[in-house]
Amino acid sequence: MGILNIITYIPAVGALVILFMSKNATRTIRTMATATAVIDFLVSLWLWPNFDKTKLFQFRETYRWIPSLGVKYEFGIDGIALLLILLTTFMGIIAIVSSYSAIKFREKEYYILLLLLQTGMLGTFCALDFFLFYVFWEVMLVPMYFIIGIWGGSRKLYAAIKFFLYTLAGSVLMLLSILALYFFNDGGIDFLHIKGLGNPGTFSVLQFHNIGHLIPPQLQFWIFLGFFFGFAIKVPMFPFHTWLPDAHVEAPTAGSIILAAVLLKMGTYGFVRFALPILPDATKQLLVPIVVLSIIGIIYGALVSLVQKDMKKLVAYSSVSHLGFVMLGMFALNPIGLRGSVLQMINHGISTGALFLLVGFIYERRHTRMIADYGGLAKQMPMYAALFLIAALSSMGLPALNGFIGEFMILLGAANSTAFGTISYAAFAATGIVLGAAYLLWLYQRVFWGPLDNPANQNVPDVNKRELGLMLALIVMMVWIGVYPTPFLDVVEKPVDYIVRKVDPKYFDKQQLTYPSTVAAAAPYPSTVAAAAPYPSTVATAAPSGRGAAEGSGTHTPSEVAEK
Amino acid sequence: MSSALLLVVLLPAIGALINGTRAFLAPHTPKNKTTTNFFALATTALSALIATWIVIQSAGSPWQHVYFQWIPTGLGHAGALLANFTVDFALRIDHLSSTMLMIVTWVGFLIHVYATGYMSHEKGYTRFFTYLNLFMFMMLLLVLGANYIVMFVGWEGVGLCSYLLIGFYYDKNFAADAGKKAFITNRIGDFGFILGIFLIFNTFGSADYTRVFALASAGGHAQYGAIATAICLLLFVGACGKSAQVPLYVWLPDAMAGPTPVSALIHAATMVTAGVYMVVRSNVLFRLAPDAMLVVAIIGAVTAIFAASIGLAQNDIKKVLAYSTVSQLGYMFLGAGVGAFTAAIFHVMTHAFFKACLFLGAGSVIHGCGGEQDMRKMGGLRKYMPRTHWTMLVATIAIAGIPPLAGFFSKDEILANAFPHHKFIWLLGVVTAGMTAFYMFRLYFMTFHGTYRGAQVEGIETSEPEHGGHHLIPDQRHLDQGDEHIDKAHGHHVHSHEPHESPFSMTGVLAVLAVLAVLGGLIGLPAALGGAHPTWFQQWLAPVLLPIGGEHFEFHEAALSTEYILMLVSVAVAVLGIFLAWRFYKRDPLWSTLKRLAATFAPIHRALESKYYVDELYNATVIRGTVLLALGLWWFDTWVVDGIVNGVRHLTVFFLGHGSNLFDKYVVDGAVNGVATTARGGSMMFRRVQSGLVQNYALIMGGGIVLIAVVYLFMKP
Repeated sequence: MGILNIITYIPAVGALVILFMSKNATRTIRTMATATAVIDFLVSLWLWPNFDKTKLFQFRETYRWIPSLGVKYEFGIDGIALLLILLTTFMGIIAIVSSYSAIKFREKEYYILLLLLQTGMLGTFCALDFFLFYVFWEVMLVPMYFIIGIWGGSRKLYAAIKFFLYTLAGSVLMLLSILALYFFNDGGIDFLHIKGLGNPGTFSVLQFHNIGHLIPPQLQFWIFLGFFFGFAIKVPMFPFHTWLPDAHVEAPTAGSIILAAVLLKMGTYGFVRFALPILPDATKQLLVPIVVLSIIGIIYGALVSLVQKDMKKLVAYSSVSHLGFVMLGMFALNPIGLRGSVLQMINHGISTGALFLLVGFIYERRHTRMIADYGGLAKQMPMYAALFLIAALSSMGLPALNGFIGEFMILLGAANSTAFGTISYAAFAATGIVLGAAYLLWLYQRVFWGPLDNPANQNVPDVNKRELGLMLALIVMMVWIGVYPTPFLDVVEKPVDYIVRKVDPKYFDKQQLTYPSTVAAAAPYPSTVAAAAPYPSTVATAAPSGRGAAEGSGTHTPSEVAEK
Repeated sequence: MSSALLLVVLLPAIGALINGTRAFLAPHTPKNKTTTNFFALATTALSALIATWIVIQSAGSPWQHVYFQWIPTGLGHAGALLANFTVDFALRIDHLSSTMLMIVTWVGFLIHVYATGYMSHEKGYTRFFTYLNLFMFMMLLLVLGANYIVMFVGWEGVGLCSYLLIGFYYDKNFAADAGKKAFITNRIGDFGFILGIFLIFNTFGSADYTRVFALASAGGHAQYGAIATAICLLLFVGACGKSAQVPLYVWLPDAMAGPTPVSALIHAATMVTAGVYMVVRSNVLFRLAPDAMLVVAIIGAVTAIFAASIGLAQNDIKKVLAYSTVSQLGYMFLGAGVGAFTAAIFHVMTHAFFKACLFLGAGSVIHGCGGEQDMRKMGGLRKYMPRTHWTMLVATIAIAGIPPLAGFFSKDEILANAFPHHKFIWLLGVVTAGMTAFYMFRLYFMTFHGTYRGAQVEGIETSEPEHGGHHLIPDQRHLDQGDEHIDKAHGHHVHSHEPHESPFSMTGVLAVLAVLAVLGGLIGLPAALGGAHPTWFQQWLAPVLLPIGGEHFEFHEAALSTEYILMLVSVAVAVLGIFLAWRFYKRDPLWSTLKRLAATFAPIHRALESKYYVDELYNATVIRGTVLLALGLWWFDTWVVDGIVNGVRHLTVFFLGHGSNLFDKYVVDGAVNGVATTARGGSMMFRRVQSGLVQNYALIMGGGIVLIAVVYLFMKP
């Protein structure tokens, strides 16, 4: 049994142990759940130093499962999945510890479900077999359904069923696409009168990656559409997002955290892992509508956030906006945008997770999430106010915090995208930056600034040590990614280049721009600098490193550079 | 030396971290002020000293250092070629950044010292210094960054500190509003700035100054003319936000809600000049784009005269200075726009001296009058606070442009450069100079001359047509403290005491700044008055102005006679302004002439007093429009987007559930089994939808997969 299986099933084992505990031993149950999550996180941390960032899929494990169908039990991760797994185990701890005081009944069942949810999510990221992926994808739904449906707010049943059915509808379409891929590969059934390949039947994702470009465009289109509905609902992209505010508002805090931090990433992960590399033609064909929907999502989500009265709903709509950025960067189809997109998945998990956590803190104290019920809280709860401010700044993409790196790379990727061919997409999307500041600062002002005039708020205690610890853990991540994101970006370099090459095989074949020393010598300004600064020499060597494109690179004179 | 430079930047951050932790962990307990002072001032002082050492050591030879690779973004396209778009954390020392470095560290340090006196009675003392140190850190990043991204980090960072400090008295709604307004308006500018950065990346494959400017200067107009125009206009949008130019200037007057040292440091001397710094830093690009330069010059000139005219009729001492700052910033852009980049930075420097002095003097006045900011309730203060009076008088003369004080030289250099290029812009500049002299001496006479009017509150109408509703910032210094912290020395009751002079920590700083305001201009002494040509300051900054396409940037040499005439005109206009102020406010202590004039030109006067109703206009259009749009979208989301989802649900349940059930019962009852079974399957499934039993879905799901698998297996052979 390999490391990935261990990571995936540790939470399930923990859940099994809790199953045999007395339901009244809540303290033991909590400790057990927390211990499980912490152990899982530590084990998943082991992956990082042992991960070889020069390789693609690693820690592979393959077992026979249903040979007659070609279904294998195959696990393996690349850098993208690695980051998402670390995010999942990390946020798992946050979610469990945040539930100590929030969940007051049926704790045993609650923690069991939360742990099972972890297993489902981790399995989804690890699976390299489509059948297996689909099983985990569906397994993940059930615990979340119960978490919303049992421990949720007043309209919990409506929200839970909506969440479940909406996602299910999408995944059925996704299943059809998976089957279409399967039958194309083995030639069992002809879709659209297109003859399949006649390979041995398999659900192997990597096999599909390899045959993807052989699929005729018109078939790719339909397969892509199936994937699109499956993933776009999960992301959620405008206009498939309406389940999200309901689910978030009704879910308990931990449910919201997991939902925002990890579950939404299933959709974007699906696009990155399956839709883009397997269906390059359809990706390019459907690029414009998807990008337009993403940009609508960015602006629409931000504007709707602006006028929300419920804090949780505000944060939920802001997710629509943030995930729009993720989609935009992804479909820029260049390394910059895609890397930013992957990093932004992590950033959104941390920042929005933190915001939901903070809303949870205040909800436990005051049992209301209505913005109008607050005002002037900074006076009564200065620590809470400071923590909230940092989370809000991270969410609105302030430099030196994580959100900026992701948004910057995404917008730079979008501005530089040859697939878009125009900077106007980036320009429209960048309005999201302004609106992001507007809705978060307005929220902050209404909740924390101004006079403390509601008597009910005048004796609210500030954050306790447990809450402070949770937030500090998240803030450390925000600052780390914001100041030194290289470790996170390095591991996704290889997979991102792989995806770019799948979609646009010629991307790296273009000539490389280097900065020859002649440029520096031509102008008196930097000549003195050039001697002191290590610039021109490092640039010329660093640019082509480790990429197949190095063959095409050469040194250009300034006039060549300028020729464009 | 590179680690020393890093230390310069990091020291204030360390101070902020220590004081911030102290303020965060024990928010309700009063902290030891000496400890706070130590961490705040020692770090700033050390930072300034090391910075000075570095500037002296570097001796005018530029260098930069890459500390680490910050954002490894990967391969992108610059033109048709692939370029490695990395973003380094790199700092740079050259003539421009050392100039700004000296201004920021030393003026920053002086204002820190001043604030220890001014803020001494505040409850949020440690919090205040945390923000102030954080600001120093961000501002240093802004001016020292070796590429546009590091500059952008500082740029947004100072915006954040500005937000926090404007909102320092956060429990007052006007302060909270002003903070938010400042941040969001700045973000609108940043939107342009960041798009400009993206275009720079797309064009040059880098955001590093040396590479961008080297390529741009080698390429010249032919290669980069068009794209440079777009880049420069976008960058200038950013500059408009940060440096409060039309149409994004509205946040700066409101920003006066912050404590006065903040207004001096951030909203006069340093942060608001960041836009000018950015334009001058990008001078190579701007000179490739004459159209963009013209826009800069026009916006600058319009802002200068527009804000100055509003400043004529304000009665809040800080508001006058705020509009004056907007106007002077316009001057700087006017200079940059006509190609007088050196003069723009020169004016940044002299302005930092005299405007910091004026703001701190105003702070001293407010402090001495127990929190009063309305000049109509001041008067005669020269008797009570002589040191403040003298220093402020010096700074007032300096800003009015009377030789040989600092303001004259920088202003004259800008006007002298504007004259040969655009006569009309020059004219706007001259008129603005006259207005500046008038409103500054108006402030001076109203505050320090005549008799003290603080006691006779009833005699003067207290409410002016102020639509923001909070221009009289009541007793601002005491807003943050609880009742137990009432300032005993000055008394909480504003008018019960006579005004008094401020402590030495404040007046001492005023004296230093006044000296600078007198002497600071001499480094830009023009040849016509016995200096060098180009002036010493021009020679110092010349290496930053790259040749373009082989053509060197020339400092134009006008005929001496023209130069003398121009000087004479600007001095004459300034003297006229001073005379009018003297005539209306000093010689006529009851201001009767003025009141008559105001009555005659009532609409104009009201428009000026109400700042041309620009805030009202923005509220009615942009803000209200956005909110209405957002409300509309929310309605759309609830009733249309989600309505469709719910509608689909109801229809499905109805037709497939009940419908097929009925169909099954009455139409095909007992007919073909296959069809009926399917329909019943559907109806069963959707009836369960209503019951919400998830197990059933899982079962159906699994069943479906098995079914497909079985069908497939049978079909295969």
